[in-house]
Amino acid sequence: MASFKPTKVQVYPKLGEKVTQDTLYWKNYKAPVQIKEFGAITNIDFSPVAPHNFAVTAFTRIHIYGPFSQEPVKTFTRFKDTAYCGRFRSDGQLLVAGCEDSVVRLFDVSGKVALRMFKGHTKAVHIADFTSDRYQILTGSDDYTCRLWDIPNATELNTYQEHTDYIRCGVTSKLNRDLFITGSYDHTLKLFDARADKSVMTMDHGQPVESLLLYPSEGLLVSAGGRHVKVWDLLKGGQPLVSLKNHHKTVTCLCLSSNGHRLLSASLDRHVKVYNTTNYKVVHNFDYAASILSLALAPDDESIVVGMTNSILSIKHRKSLEESKEISGQQRRQPSYRVFVKGKNYVPKQDDYLVSKPVKQHLAKYDKQLKKFNVSKALDTALETWTRLRKPEITVAVIKELDRRGTLKNALAGRDEQGLARLLNFLIGNVVDPRFAPVLVTAAEMILDIYQSVIGQSPVVDRQLLRLQELLEREIDYQQDLLEVLGMLDTMFASSLPRKEVPCPGASRANGLAQGESSISRPQVQAT
Amino acid sequence: MVEHGDIRVVHRGGSKINFREPVITHDSRYLLCASGECVKVFSTSTEECIHDLRGHTGLVTGVLLKPSNHLQVYSCSADGTVRLWDYTDGILIKTYVIGYPVYSICASANHEGVIFIVTPMLSDKRSDLFQLVAVDLPQSGDQLVEARELSAVLSDVSSNPAAIVFGRGGEYIASANGLHLEVYFFKKQKPYRFSFKEDNKKGGKNTFMCVACHPKDDCIATGHEDGKIRLWRNFNHKKEYTYSTLHWHHSAVSSLCFTPEGTNLLSGGMESVLVQWRYNQESERDFLPRLGSAITHITVSPDGALFCTSHSDNKITIIQSCVKVSAVIQGLVKGESVRTDMMVDPRSKSLVLNGKPGHLQFYSLQRDKLLYNLDIVQQEYIHESGLEQFEVVKAAFDASGSWLATVEERKQKDAELELNLKLWAFDEQTQSFVLNTTISAPHEARIIAMCFCHATDSQTTMLVSTSKDGHFKAWQLAAPAHTEADEGPSWSCDFVGSYHGLVPECCCFSADGSLLAVSFQEVVTVWSPASWELLTTLSQPPKAVRDLCFGRLSCSKYLLGTTANSLLCCWNLLTCSLEWSTSMDISLLLADPLTENMAAFCCQAGSTDLFVFKPSEPRPVFSQKAVCSGKVTRAVFAPREEMLESCEESSQWLNHSQLYFLTPYMDLMTFTTKAEEDRLMASSKQLVIDDRVAMTPFYLLLGKHRQQEDPDSVSGLSAERRPLPQCSVAIKELLQTPAHVLPSTSFLCSMFVQSLLISVTDGREETKHAEEEMESEKEEEDSEGEMESSTQRQEQAPLGGQAAPTLTKAQHRELKRVKKLDHSWFAHLLHS
Repeated sequence: MASFKPTKVQVYPKLGEKVTQDTLYWKNYKAPVQIKEFGAITNIDFSPVAPHNFAVTAFTRIHIYGPFSQEPVKTFTRFKDTAYCGRFRSDGQLLVAGCEDSVVRLFDVSGKVALRMFKGHTKAVHIADFTSDRYQILTGSDDYTCRLWDIPNATELNTYQEHTDYIRCGVTSKLNRDLFITGSYDHTLKLFDARADKSVMTMDHGQPVESLLLYPSEGLLVSAGGRHVKVWDLLKGGQPLVSLKNHHKTVTCLCLSSNGHRLLSASLDRHVKVYNTTNYKVVHNFDYAASILSLALAPDDESIVVGMTNSILSIKHRKSLEESKEISGQQRRQPSYRVFVKGKNYVPKQDDYLVSKPVKQHLAKYDKQLKKFNVSKALDTALETWTRLRKPEITVAVIKELDRRGTLKNALAGRDEQGLARLLNFLIGNVVDPRFAPVLVTAAEMILDIYQSVIGQSPVVDRQLLRLQELLEREIDYQQDLLEVLGMLDTMFASSLPRKEVPCPGASRANGLAQGESSISRPQVQAT
Repeated sequence: MVEHGDIRVVHRGGSKINFREPVITHDSRYLLCASGECVKVFSTSTEECIHDLRGHTGLVTGVLLKPSNHLQVYSCSADGTVRLWDYTDGILIKTYVIGYPVYSICASANHEGVIFIVTPMLSDKRSDLFQLVAVDLPQSGDQLVEARELSAVLSDVSSNPAAIVFGRGGEYIASANGLHLEVYFFKKQKPYRFSFKEDNKKGGKNTFMCVACHPKDDCIATGHEDGKIRLWRNFNHKKEYTYSTLHWHHSAVSSLCFTPEGTNLLSGGMESVLVQWRYNQESERDFLPRLGSAITHITVSPDGALFCTSHSDNKITIIQSCVKVSAVIQGLVKGESVRTDMMVDPRSKSLVLNGKPGHLQFYSLQRDKLLYNLDIVQQEYIHESGLEQFEVVKAAFDASGSWLATVEERKQKDAELELNLKLWAFDEQTQSFVLNTTISAPHEARIIAMCFCHATDSQTTMLVSTSKDGHFKAWQLAAPAHTEADEGPSWSCDFVGSYHGLVPECCCFSADGSLLAVSFQEVVTVWSPASWELLTTLSQPPKAVRDLCFGRLSCSKYLLGTTANSLLCCWNLLTCSLEWSTSMDISLLLADPLTENMAAFCCQAGSTDLFVFKPSEPRPVFSQKAVCSGKVTRAVFAPREEMLESCEESSQWLNHSQLYFLTPYMDLMTFTTKAEEDRLMASSKQLVIDDRVAMTPFYLLLGKHRQQEDPDSVSGLSAERRPLPQCSVAIKELLQTPAHVLPSTSFLCSMFVQSLLISVTDGREETKHAEEEMESEKEEEDSEGEMESSTQRQEQAPLGGQAAPTLTKAQHRELKRVKKLDHSWFAHLLHS
């Protein structure tokens, strides 16, 4: 006597991205906190010292937010025009910012009024940064120049006029106080040494450069411009290493994860992409509501802050340990489990005689009904709300099994308004799913056959039937469109692929048999 | 062409065992069933076939225990004889020649020396009317007896043995045929007829299917086509008979049987559920569901302890009183059609083909036994006629037997075709195939052919399937891209190929796996599986290619193909030209995997000829005309377990492997040589199966000891170990005597232990003599002390008996000499 074979629920391939360590890591963030700013957010910078406040530059203000605050803890409003590039010094005490009015302002984080004003640029200053010795400031401006300033004296130390277009990005070395790199809209990156009076290295990015990033080791430089992200090896004289083209609009911002193993790039195409820095493959992707202008990661990746063109600041905080555990805790076993497991883990001794008990087969509810040939009840159990909504593949598998047994008609027939409405609801939800369509179309046809006589008696059922009809009409339109696209693609492929000739020995002679005879006769000729 | 006298076509195994109802012997130890032209005797406990009762020259149509002697059995056959056998020793006792084909047999204890047989109507040979005839068996000492005293009892009976049965110790006989039930009372010599109308109003079909009579009561149970069971009573009256109806079965009741005491009625049918009805309390029933396939016969052992059901899938199930299945005797399942080709599992060397619905059967050719069924579909089989269910239609093994690919399909009338391609990996631990990958809808239409790449050294395993949708696909085993710990490698599609929108038919890999040939109607395309490049095309004369085969070993440069317009072509792949071709209507071409030989079954004038040839040689190695009638479409080369060393040219092709084929009538045939047959006969005579020892816990204990002993005796220690004849006798005595007649245990114990002691007379003497020698040297001890010490020695000796030093012959002789001297000297001393 064989045991009952339960219904096979087909395992469908999981759609969407694969679960990897990276997706787990980057998905482990809470729902974003969104804060409306006054204008497009052009720069976000985290303070290097705890508690890691961050400065958000938007329109004519710079707001400083605490790590968990929704309101700014401090605001700098003394700008005549749009502010740019609010950056902290490495001790977190000072903040420098450029401005559309060409004046560079230096603030004390605790104060309100600018400590110093550096005047000298003739056009908007988009980039300002501290050098690693903390006493100098680098600025880059739309007047094609970049300058070094002395903080104590507020005097200009040097001016470099090598770029031929706007300078929109720059970065100073953290290891050497004299080195800094600027990127410009003239497509070049230039490495300057303050000890020399001109650039020591020039790299061509090919597009207007929007953002620069130095690796912590400062051997590699990443630049973003146009749709490309390029990695340069500075130790090899600026040799390009990789060129990445994963965005379909201009890349605006670059950022490195705290351990330095992942590179993040944000773009106007509303995506943030996460790259693995060993093979430069995209391992994760974030979507945002609007084009992204600025992006920053808190130390230890505690939060991801993104500023967008629609002046919304989005802050995602990492889930704490308890919160991430809560999810796995749902699978925690019920307390009665311990009672059932009692004695199960007993290991028999050597002399013990084992009395084996037949293992009781556990069957799902619908299988129990199927075993008893209760077809209607089996379908009812499979249509229970939870199964129907969460695991439609189980419902579909039961319908398929009933169809295989030739009893689907019996199971579908004889339903009241409520039961029929539930069934139609399920059909409307799933009939156009390509995974379930072959099974559900048969079921839908049967339902229409069985219940055509009662159409018009119930407004609920009638409404659902109309919805089903609409759905199918729409689906037919979709299919038609898809077929058209497919036809177009086919013609394109056919014309673009090179035609390959296949060697065919029989081509010249139509009949293979004649050819065979000649080959047989050949040795005879040679013999004679 | 040479006639090969010593190669014969023989039936090989797989005969039906469910043709007629089996018989369980009185002691419930043996089960006898008709199987083809012999009667097979099975052991009910071990499921093993103990011996065949051979002698009939036609199909055996019935087996019956002799009512007066339960150690003898009658068998009747379509060859017109009834034979009496001693089934324990397998000896033919008597042959009664009837002269007409016998279709079934029955007898009862009431009728001494008379058997009742069903034969065709004597007057009219061609009509399918049958009559029941009583045969007086002449009492004669001869082995071959003519039984001519026939007297017709009933005319117009059914040839189905289930429709004729004796009632109440042989007082009457009940026979059902069509819509009539006829009861014949022997005392009154009067038949009563009861009839049904064709259909009643509800559409039920009243045709009688089977009859059973209650052993004690006047009650006849009849099974009907609509699934009803009717219990007839009072049937010795023409008018006042009554019947009650039981209805559980939804389709025809094929077998009915009362238990020997008459307390229960067993019924079975298409549903494959054994139903047990309580007699007189018919509302209570027990079920034994899911017995595998439709029940055709039910038998109960004479003591009522065992039930036995025959099933339509050539299986006999032995059931212990409706509780649990204790044994299953399974023959080769031969359905109406073998959808999968015949294959040989490279691991177990067993024949593989589809058997039970949704299963693959692995059938050992050497032992003529079904090894196991592999469930491919893994769905509950619904026993209902007219229901389309998943069927295994294709299967293929890879060269090492570690992968099995199967295709199952289901086609409903107006629904889409459902196809599943499943790939099974061989699991070393469980020694069976485990499902690895299921590909649902691998193709849009039916899969025509499928083959694995046979190269044994290649890194990847590859499967190619061709389908009616105009594509062929290559499947490859690959590790998943995102490696997760719990997921092993799985199969995925590697390449989809097509050629001018034509339908691919056959596919074949070359022996080294470097070439793939796929035929598209009359064009053969050759591909390179490494790069999926179309290397060349070879065109046949304008007719579709039927078979495609690469040569093996030294002939691997040849590609052979057969076409629908009876042509066999052989291409040389080095020159891409036709090497030779010949006109033959070949229905099947296949290559021997172990040698260069190819076998071609050639259909000519209603019968099939076989040619075995090498592609490189113009003359066939072997040919035989008229192997069988009809067209052979299934055949396989099965590798031999041990190679034959025949040096005769004509039979050399059978050295490595054996050719099996299925005739259109689903008979499994093979070719054997004379030498092999002789050897087989010799070995079968030696074969004695001892199943007398029942599997009891005590047997297990003893058996274990015996097994432990065996290696000891082999390892050469047997020389030291002495046989213990007395003790084994004592144990036997102890165990065979009933406990209540045995003396008290304390008394027995000492006896028992004593019997276990080893007598060491020889060693003791030697030690004694050695002692005497020592004493003679000391010359101080008196005789009493000596006696004491010697008795002490006697007591100790048994303990150290085995450790006593063994002496060489020379030493022994020396000792004897010393002993003689000693004695004389000692005697002298005593005298003085």
